[in-house]
Parts: sequence; C-alpha cells; structure tokens
Amino acid sequence: MSATAATRRSPALIAFSTGFVILWVVLASFPFLWTLWGSFKVQGDFFSKADWMNALWGTRTLVETGATFTGQAYHGAWVEQDFWRSALNTMIVVVFTVIVSLTFGTLGGYALARSGFRYAFWLLMIALIFRAMPHITLVSGYLLPFFEWNLWGHLPTAVIVLVAINQPFTLWMLHSFFLNIPKDLDESAMVDGCTRFQAFRHVIVPVMWPGVITTGLFSFLLAYNDFAVTAMLLSQENQTMVPKIASFLGSTFEEGNVMFAVAAVVSATAPLFVLVMFFQRQIVSGLTAGAVKG
Amino acid sequence: MTFLRTTALASAAIFAGSAAFAGCGLSGGNVNILGNDFAAIQSVVAGAAECAGDGVTVESNLTTEHRDLQVAALTANPAQYTSAIVANSSIVPLINEDLIRPLDDLVAKHGQNLNPTQLITVDGKVMAIAFMANAQHLYYRSDILEAAGIEPPTTYEEVIAAAQKLEADGVMQNPYAMNSQTGWNLGEEFVNMYLGHGGQFFEPGTARPSINNETGVATLNTLKALADVSNPDFLTFDSNATAALWESGSLALATMWGSRAAPILDDEGSTEEVTSTTVLAAAPTVAGGNTPASTLWWDGFTIAKNISDEDAEATFVALLNGMTEDRIAANNDLAVWLAPGYTPGATAEGVFATATAGARPYPMIPFMGLMHTALGNELSDFLQGNESAEQALADVEAAYTAAAREQGFLN
Amino acid sequence: MPHKTFFWFILPSLAAMLLFIALPIVSVAIQSLHIEHEQVLITVENCGPFGCEQETVVDTAATAELRQAQPLGRFNGLGTYFDRGHLATAEVAEIWRTADGIREFFSRLMNLPFYKALVFTLAYTAIVTPSVILLGMAIALGVNALPRMFRGPTIFVSLLPMIVTPLIGSLILFWMIDAEGIIGKTLQVLFDDPELSLKASPTLTWITLFVYGIWHSAPFAFVVFYAGLQTVPGETLEAAMVDGASRWERIRYVVIPYMAPLVVFVTLIQLMDNFRVFEPIVGFSAEANATSLSYIIYSDLRGDVARFGSAAATSLLTIVGVAILLTPVLIRTWRDFNRKRA
Repeated sequence: MSATAATRRSPALIAFSTGFVILWVVLASFPFLWTLWGSFKVQGDFFSKADWMNALWGTRTLVETGATFTGQAYHGAWVEQDFWRSALNTMIVVVFTVIVSLTFGTLGGYALARSGFRYAFWLLMIALIFRAMPHITLVSGYLLPFFEWNLWGHLPTAVIVLVAINQPFTLWMLHSFFLNIPKDLDESAMVDGCTRFQAFRHVIVPVMWPGVITTGLFSFLLAYNDFAVTAMLLSQENQTMVPKIASFLGSTFEEGNVMFAVAAVVSATAPLFVLVMFFQRQIVSGLTAGAVKG
Repeated sequence: MTFLRTTALASAAIFAGSAAFAGCGLSGGNVNILGNDFAAIQSVVAGAAECAGDGVTVESNLTTEHRDLQVAALTANPAQYTSAIVANSSIVPLINEDLIRPLDDLVAKHGQNLNPTQLITVDGKVMAIAFMANAQHLYYRSDILEAAGIEPPTTYEEVIAAAQKLEADGVMQNPYAMNSQTGWNLGEEFVNMYLGHGGQFFEPGTARPSINNETGVATLNTLKALADVSNPDFLTFDSNATAALWESGSLALATMWGSRAAPILDDEGSTEEVTSTTVLAAAPTVAGGNTPASTLWWDGFTIAKNISDEDAEATFVALLNGMTEDRIAANNDLAVWLAPGYTPGATAEGVFATATAGARPYPMIPFMGLMHTALGNELSDFLQGNESAEQALADVEAAYTAAAREQGFLN
Repeated sequence: MPHKTFFWFILPSLAAMLLFIALPIVSVAIQSLHIEHEQVLITVENCGPFGCEQETVVDTAATAELRQAQPLGRFNGLGTYFDRGHLATAEVAEIWRTADGIREFFSRLMNLPFYKALVFTLAYTAIVTPSVILLGMAIALGVNALPRMFRGPTIFVSLLPMIVTPLIGSLILFWMIDAEGIIGKTLQVLFDDPELSLKASPTLTWITLFVYGIWHSAPFAFVVFYAGLQTVPGETLEAAMVDGASRWERIRYVVIPYMAPLVVFVTLIQLMDNFRVFEPIVGFSAEANATSLSYIIYSDLRGDVARFGSAAATSLLTIVGVAILLTPVLIRTWRDFNRKRA
C-alpha cells in the first residue's frame, strides 16, 4: 500500500505528533478513568468535600463498607434499580434509530450530492435551518398531539422523532461524504445500463462505508445520549438509560443515589468500547483508494 | 399489571400488604399515576398498585420530568393519567387550566380516615389530598457554637452575627450555607426571606408586583449578609452541594430542606462528630417578625377531570390504599407524613418546629411561578455586588411583568 | 439526476423532517405571535395542612369562554419578540437615550436577559468553533500517523469526552473543578492562590465553559476528519511526493482541499451546536455568570407556569441567529455548488 511511502517523515515530527496524541489521550481519558476508579467507592469519597485524595484511597469506603473497594453502586444500579431494563430499551431505541436514519440518510444524501439542480442546495439549506430549532421547544410542541392521538410513551414514537431530529445532520454529513466519491463511478455504471438505483446499490454502497459508519456513529451517540426527547416522550416501562440515570441524581428535595448514576455510566461505556473497536476497522479499510482505479 | 418499580419497595409492599386485597373493594376502573420519582412517592404508588386485580388496573409513571408532562397529559381527552402527584407550586397550572376535579364527593364517600389537615381546598372545594410536608429550616452544629460561646440562633440577625463571630475568631471560614444557586433555589430563598419580613408579592387582588419597596430591599440586604458569610461559590449551591458541605464538617450553620435531614443524619457520608452534634431547629425569624422566614410545602395527589367517574373513584381509593396507617408506619422515616399513622422522628424535628412556629405555606397563586422564575434569574447580579438592591428588584418586576403580560395576567 | 429519481430518493428523509420538524416550527411560529387570553382573576380562600389563606385564583369558567372564542389566544403580532425578555426594543432605546457614554450603555444593556445571553452565546461560538476544528484536525493527523494497531484504542479513548453522558460528565467535572476537588486544588497550587475558585468568578466560569466545550466537541471534529483522511487517495499524495512536495505542502495542497467539504460540514454543525450551548451551563451551575439563548428557552419552559409563547419567540430568534451566523459558510457552499454544476 502506498501509505508507507507517503507517511515517511523525520523522527522529530514523529516524536512531536506522537507526543501530541499521547497528551490528548490523557486529557480525553483522565475524567473517565477517575470516574471508573471512583465508581468503586462510596459517595462520601468520590464526591468528597473534605479532601479529594479520599477518592483515591477510599477513606470513607473503608469506614462504611470495611474495604477500600465496593461494588455497592453497581449492585444498586443493576440489581436494585433494574438498570438492565433501561439498557435494553436504549439498545432498541438506538439500533432502530441508527438503521432508519442511515437508510433514509444515505438515499437522501446521495440524491443531494448527485443532483445538479438548485433546489437540492436549497433543500440542504432548509434542512440546516430545521436543525437550528432547539429540541426542547420541539418536544414541548409534540406533547399534546401525542397524548391526544395515543402515540405518547411508545418506543417507536421516540425512534421516529429521533430519526427526524437527526435527519438534517445525517443528510449533511453523508452528502459531504458522497461528494468525495468520484462521480465517474456511478455514471460509468449507468452508461453500462444500470438504473440510478442499481448504480447506487452496486457501485456506491460498497464504497460508502467509511462515511456511513462515521455518520452512524454520531446517530448512535445522539440517540444514546439523548435526554430531551426520551425523558419527555417515553413512559416509565420504556424509559431509556439517560433519563433513568437522571432519576438517580435526586432533586432539590430528595437526595439521590449519585453513585448508582456513576456506576451506570461506567458500565454503559463498555459495549461502546467493543463497538468502536469493531467498526474502526471498517472506517480504515475498504476505502475508495482502491475503488477509484476501477 | 405493568407496574415496574418492584425491587426497591418489595419488602415494604409485603409488610403492608396483608391489609390489602385485590381490587380494594372496587368493581373496576383504570388507575394511572404520574408523579416525581423518589422513595416516599414510590411507597404510596406501591400501595396503590396493590389494588390491581378484579378488573382494576394500576399503572404509573414516576419521573423527574413529571411537571413538564402533567399539563399536556391531563389536557388530552381522555387524560393519559388519572392522577397527578403535585406540590403546592405544581398544582397551580392544573388549577389554572381547569384540569383536575373537585374531590368532595370522593372524600365524603371514602375519606373517613384522612386527617382534616390533608385536604387542600381551593375556594371551598377539595382539589388535592396532601400526604407529606417539607420546609427549609436551620441546621446548626451544637459543638462548634458551644465552643465559641454562641447561643443557638433563633433569628437571621443572630445567624449572621454567629457566623461573623466564627470567622473573626478564626474557628471557621464561610461557616454558613443556604441553597442559593441561581434559578429556582435562589428564588425560593428570596420568597422565604421576603415572607419572613412580612412582605406581599402582589397588590391584593391583582397580579401587579409589589416587591420593589423597603421590605424588598431589607430582604435583599439580609440575603447579601448571609452570602457574605457563605463560600464564594454560593451561587452554585443546590441541595446536593450544601448537604455535601455539611457532611464534610465545613459548616456550622445552614438553611437546608427538612427532607435532607435523614440522609445527612444517617451513618453514610459523614463522621460521627458531625452527625451527633447536628441540631435541627425551626427556621429563624427575621427583622423582628414572629413567623419563621421559610415556606411550608406539601406533596399530594390530584385527580384528572377528563376521565370517567369510575376511573376517578378507583384512583382515589387506590391512592388512599397507598397511605394506610400500616403503610405509613412501615415507611415512617421516608418523609414527614401528614397522613394518620405517622410518628415524627428525630429527622422531622426541624420541619415540625418550623410549622409550629407559624411559617406560611408557599403561596398557591396562579402567577407565583412567574414571579419565582423572575426572582431566581435576576437577583444574582445584586448578590455578586454588581448592582443596587433597587435595580435588582426593578429588574425582577420588569421581568415578571413581561411574563405576566404574555400569560394574560396583566395588561 | 432527473427530478423524479431525486424525489424518490429524498422522499423518506423529507417526509420525516416535514412531519416532525417543519410542522412544529410552523406551529411554534404561529404561537409566538399570540399571547394568552386575559385571565379572569378572583380572590378566594384556600386551605391546606398549614391553615387558610386568601389567595387569587383564575376563574376557569370565565377564562374558558374567552378561550373557546379564540383558541390560539390574543394576536400580539411581533409584540413578544420586542418585549423585555427578548429584543427589548423599548428598553434599549431608553438606555441609549439616558446612558452616559458607550461604556454605561453596554453595561446597562448587559442587564437585559436576552443581550446578556447573546453575548455569552456569541463568545462561546466564536472561541469554541475554531478551536474544535484546529484541535480535531491536529488529532486526526496525529492518530493517522500512529502504527495501525494503536489506532483503534486511540479512537475509542478520543471519543470518551463525547460518549460519557453530559449529564454525568459535567457533574463529575463540576466536582473535580471544585475548590476542594482534584483539578481545583491543582490549579490553586499551580497559580499559588489558595482562594482561587473556578465557580465564583465570571471570567473563570467563562473560561471553564469554553475549555469544557472544546474538550467535549473535539472528538466530533476528530472522527469526521479522521474518516475523511482515509479517503484521501494515496496516488495523489504519491504524485505530490514525486514532485518534491514537503509534508506540510502535501497537507496544505492535497489533504486540506480534499477535506474541504468535511471542514465546511464540521464548521456548520459546530457553529450551530455552539450557538445552542446549553448543557454545560446547567451542568456547571453557571447560570449566575453565563446564560445562553437555549438556557432562556429552558428557563421559560421549565418554570411552574410554562411560557410557551416566550420560548417560541426565543427559539425562532435562535434560528435567525444561526442563519445569520451560517451565511458566510453557506455563500461558500453555494459557490462550490454552482462551480460543480458548471
């Protein structure tokens, strides 16, 4: 592969670039590692007002549980509070949101990237303006009609709303990626007698994965981290993780189980790790570099 | 039965379950309860859920977002929920929009065991049944005050003097804290202090604001004096922050919610030294007034208007089953209960003392919420020393007036 | 592409957006032009566990009649847009008339909630957007140069600031920057100032929010750019090398132009997201020193009495603000678009 030749460079540059990445990795991961460590402590240590070192040594944890590490928070969240149910709901919402968003988005983004007409541009612009609408206002507007038509509280409702809210972003991102795929590819296929859809299906789909997976990653994160939509549109038995975590935090009047929330957040990160490790290969491999030649 | 909140309260449910039987004597009906998500409400709803069976269904949605759902959910016809669990501030939009029904007939038929004080009446009609109470009151550390030779304060002037003495003696820096986070919390502190000063928020019988006066200025000056003996971060202090500060032992005096007493006094998060010397006292009075500078809060249930009478009756009976004497006794320490069966424990002393001293309930006025929001947003400039008290109060009135115009309360 | 094919390709996406975004926007716009009916007030006696009080209530029957006649409320035109909570034209004119010099004018302007929020929102957008793009690009180039086996874990770690729910992420960071927390204490030692508190001073609060914003959004720019880098054709790079281009020249003249559509995309999204900054303000309890347009909307909707008309007006002003902000980028896209058509 040509990359070896193209990436040859001076040791100083390598040192600088690697050092920079290491610095970034530390900055990005430190709060998380701190949280991971702290999730095995009691609240009095992790959120210590007395001395932050308590979070390292587990001073209060030792007093309250008899050991410096405790799985209480995990037990509380997963066993006592049925966090698995919210995790399951999140999985359903996220999987369907990503699939539907990407299906709609690839078709639309491809059309926008290949249409030469002015209205395509204006459509993109309008989609962008749509995206500027604060979600919280949108969601407040949905409530009454959803209650009236009995749509409120169900998982499919949340999925379709998340898809719609996410659509401008997906369209723009995929449109930008499709612009990078040479036009000759699908046009030559059409010269060979394919219809537009066949060209899309057989020529574009195989080379679009890096863009699609990156877009999918963001659709995923949006649905996964969403609070405004899921907290307001889902009933309790369909509650997803983030509103559930919010309910662990307590309110002005009531003390919450903040450590349950911390443990829940930490354990919710593990599947993401697997996911990213799996898909980063797809991002790196199967690239247009090879396809352009054809 | 789709009621989900089983695990945390399963033991409580079994304990109190012996008295209940399926259907609770009802012939049918659907019960669906919307409310906040904390232990006391969970216990009431778990009791209501025992009525499920024999044609009665009981569902619930306990969520931190309940306030933002309730109006839309009860406006739909039929309403999504047969009952909304509210507090004195959140019942107001339901009354304004005429979404809940008077309960007099149901109280007459089923409410023999209710305390008369549980009935929340508006214009002579029972609109809600309260089941628990709450208020902000004074917490102090007896050991620290004793060592410094300070008598337990009963007025805010004494609180300020005590805190200043502790600072001057070098015992402790920033010995006082209150929930003064910009927004709802700060608004609540002003409301408490202003009522303690004997102030009136509105011109009687109208929605016109009347806070930009001497009482308002005196209130702000008291708050400023308290802020000066608080940590410089005071504008970020919510209940979680003040409770954590208290538990860490870095405070000697604080104004905090009564509902936070139990978690503060338990053996988690704090040392024996702090918990054994923490005293819960009535909220102090201020400026020579007789009533404590605090407002009393209740939580209670309402019943939706847009539902059938059968569902309304089922909901009423089911929720009463959530506050039977046995159940209240079994969950005694979860709240300051208003229902029969409650024995006030050590953690309720502060709320009880405050109520006994004659503190006033948080006003159930249709436009109070708008005033509260305006107060919460406009006062921090003054407390940071960036503008005068008069300017801050003028800002509040201007912000409130714009909001009240838009809501049709003012012209 | 023929109109008909285009239509079928775009249909599902368009339908979802029309139904769930366009329609609500229209309804929000209509509502922002109306205010509630005059509420008929009466004084009654209210009783509860703590005694009875004379209080005002809304005469619901009388108000319902008014509502029946005009379900949308009273038409108020653009009145809500110009009231004190929004553009405050009357107040601004008054301040302009009475202010003693431009300094006082601005300090009094900052006392109006909309302008106070707007200034923070613009400052946040102006600082965070370019920083995120530069940092994201730098990380993408750096990670792209790593040996292949390290890339996967690095990508994952880089994503962490985005993955951890902001709800908890900001809560934990908020404790870490507390004067007693690990970052707060470290900064006190570094700056040799035991009184230093990131939460008390307006300037430090702003800086904290900016840093958090950059930290939180950099992964987004990084991942997009990284994916884009993978599609830069190796042949072109090799050709550039054969022509003797230095590494910097290759980045400047091959990689960056190739990435242009992605840079435009990230700029658009970042401008927009930063203009709607909200979560860090609540997460860091920074309301006293920093408010944003989205925070005003939140405060309107989440009070005990929801002010939907006011929130609707602020939302539409946000959209207008975003549109103005995006104009330069859009003009560029428009030129590109026309060039490609030609």
